[in-house]
Amino acid sequence: MDAVAVRRLLPTSEPLGWRDYGARYGSLPFADAGLLDEVEASGLTGRGGAGFPTAQKLRAVREGRRPVVVANGTEGEPASWKDKTLLRLNPHLVIDGALLAAELVGARRVVLAVGRHGAEQVRIARALAARPDGGAVELATVPERFVVGEESALVHWINGGEAKPTGRRSRPYQRGVDGRPTLVQNVETLANLALVARYGADWFRRDETVLATVGGAVRRPGVVEVPLGVPFPELFSRAGGVTEPVQAYLVGGYFGRWLPAQDTLRLTGEMGARVVVALPARSCGLVESARVVAYMAQQSAKQCGPCLFGLQALAESFATIARAEPEAAEAVARLERLERRIRGRGACAHPDGALGLAASAVRVFGAELSAHASGRCTAHDHEPVLPTPHVKGGWR
Amino acid sequence: MKELRLVVDPIRCDAYGHCAELLPELIELDDWGYPILRDDEVPRHLRGDARKAVASCPRLALSLERARAKSKA
Repeated sequence: MDAVAVRRLLPTSEPLGWRDYGARYGSLPFADAGLLDEVEASGLTGRGGAGFPTAQKLRAVREGRRPVVVANGTEGEPASWKDKTLLRLNPHLVIDGALLAAELVGARRVVLAVGRHGAEQVRIARALAARPDGGAVELATVPERFVVGEESALVHWINGGEAKPTGRRSRPYQRGVDGRPTLVQNVETLANLALVARYGADWFRRDETVLATVGGAVRRPGVVEVPLGVPFPELFSRAGGVTEPVQAYLVGGYFGRWLPAQDTLRLTGEMGARVVVALPARSCGLVESARVVAYMAQQSAKQCGPCLFGLQALAESFATIARAEPEAAEAVARLERLERRIRGRGACAHPDGALGLAASAVRVFGAELSAHASGRCTAHDHEPVLPTPHVKGGWR
Repeated sequence: MKELRLVVDPIRCDAYGHCAELLPELIELDDWGYPILRDDEVPRHLRGDARKAVASCPRLALSLERARAKSKA
């Protein structure tokens, strides 16, 4: 199978303008009742990380009165670039998907949400202005935080509040933006919806593709479109190939997990928003994990005690371990208890997501953990591999 | 009679800890003073204490619910 051949979402390496887009994809069909069945038959699932069946979500929202559609392009995960890249290269496919979803559920209000600091907002505003139906979509520029893309946080912000999660008991599909049933859908999912509407479920299922962000020890770190299930070696070759010996992969981003490097892995639907970072053999997985856990602690909305204090304590323990300090062995012993103290006790998935990454570091870097507990790190350098950007601005 | 269960809203909770004092049989506090439910189902003989614990929460973060709530669409 030639992975290079399949380019449905990102057909060009330059932004696709309105005219060229129309020439390539043809005009958008109307959303009739048959489309919902077609979406169901396509098996399309959410591309934001949770992988929920799209048809089921559409149906749930459709039952409500005058729903709202939110296209989620916030992508707060710093290791992920696929939504930003999709919005830059093929904005009209996303906009088509959002308008189709609105038609399908009977929404009048359509909000396209993107990060505030990116250059995307200017380009998207231009893309909207270039099309006759662009006025139907509101562009919302959201504070850049890890948790803003969580759907209750995004809905709360659109409603004028802080971009913080409002808890497991709030269900945007029943009561979201303006108190109305709200479809919050990742932009890659919506782009795929626009493909299903044009070419049908059978076409969609043949060579289904996903966007992945490949980083770390590869020649061309960035976003690639690949068939779902692509073997890792092929995924890396699409990113220019691996540049040096690799010890482990971080898959699924900062809610994801470390896996020992092996060629038999494939890119599956369970790998979160499909971030794959190749960690060089010369790096230290514990140092990397400590930095990410500290970042996740700092990115907590600080609303729930177990997340606020628990992730802080976890970050401190990890920092002690990463530095191979004399107390490292005690810190290792503390991890299990901390994990039990945190898991399942936040209002959103943030603490559990960070815990998952931390727990996988303990499993995958076990030998390194023993070395650190006895006071030494075997890595050759501590040059950061995973991005942990500084937070800018507040929550509004 | 339906089952009653305790629910903590972790966003509201500010670790006052009154609930654990009034209902130590079902609630313990973690290292930072936030409640951990040993068991969310409230046995008959503890219903009175559970109601008191719910009423004593200054942040209205603890509640008693009847049926099991399903989450997520």
